[in-house]
Amino acid sequence: MVPGCKSFAFLAAVLGATGSIPAHAETIRVSIDKLMFSPVNISAKVGDTIEWVNADILAHTATVKGDWDVTIPPKKTASYVLKKAGDVDYYCRFHPNMKGHITIAPK
Amino acid sequence: MFVRLSAAVAAVGLLASPVFAQGAKPTDPQIAHIAYTAGVIDVTAAKQAIKKSKNKEVVAFAKDMVRDHEAVNKQALALVKKLKVTPEDNDTSRSLAKQAKDKLAELGKLKGAAYDKAYVANEVAYHKTVDGALQSVLIPSASNAELKGLLQTGLKIFEGHLQHAEHVAAELK
Repeated sequence: MVPGCKSFAFLAAVLGATGSIPAHAETIRVSIDKLMFSPVNISAKVGDTIEWVNADILAHTATVKGDWDVTIPPKKTASYVLKKAGDVDYYCRFHPNMKGHITIAPK
Repeated sequence: MFVRLSAAVAAVGLLASPVFAQGAKPTDPQIAHIAYTAGVIDVTAAKQAIKKSKNKEVVAFAKDMVRDHEAVNKQALALVKKLKVTPEDNDTSRSLAKQAKDKLAELGKLKGAAYDKAYVANEVAYHKTVDGALQSVLIPSASNAELKGLLQTGLKIFEGHLQHAEHVAAELK
């Protein structure tokens, strides 16, 4: 077998593997700059990862009251994998006027 | 411009004496000193609140003030070091420090709900004053672009603090 064929076979195998997952989980990025989540409203589905990129010199959180809580240190990135479908409002516990919204579709 | 600051400051009773000489414009070393002093004042007040208050929301707010103002001041120190600017003491910083010391003593005598109310009311007034001073005097007077940028970031942060303080004040009523 020529080397080119081998790599093609490998590539096909990889594509085949990923292709067999019906809904591929995505990573959705939300930036934080000067105490603002951007974009404020996002749509996602169960299994997707939300990744918050904090450009501020301050620590923030992404918190859903009575549910999940993610701490995002200054100049760092933190993430959360969505577990339940529904509409959630989240906010920063340290700066309660920072708000975001996620519409989560079932898997 | 300075008349406006003095008026704003006098309105909330933070400073008794006029802040700047008429027509004077603070220099970058003075601006750095004023901004840093203002941050230290709020951290000190917050530390007193953490010790004295039993109200969960008040303590949480005070902890936010310590975290944020220390972060901003850390950034400010790094910046003045980088710019080789030596913060310079001045009348505004001295007035701020003097008034804050008196306020701390006054708040220190209060207890329970009376303390909580007075602390949060002072935080609302204080952030209004500082935000006003940043907007009308400190930011326009800053000549270094990086210093101006940090003051603008600070203003965004402190506007958030003001809203937070107003929210806590409303809850205490």
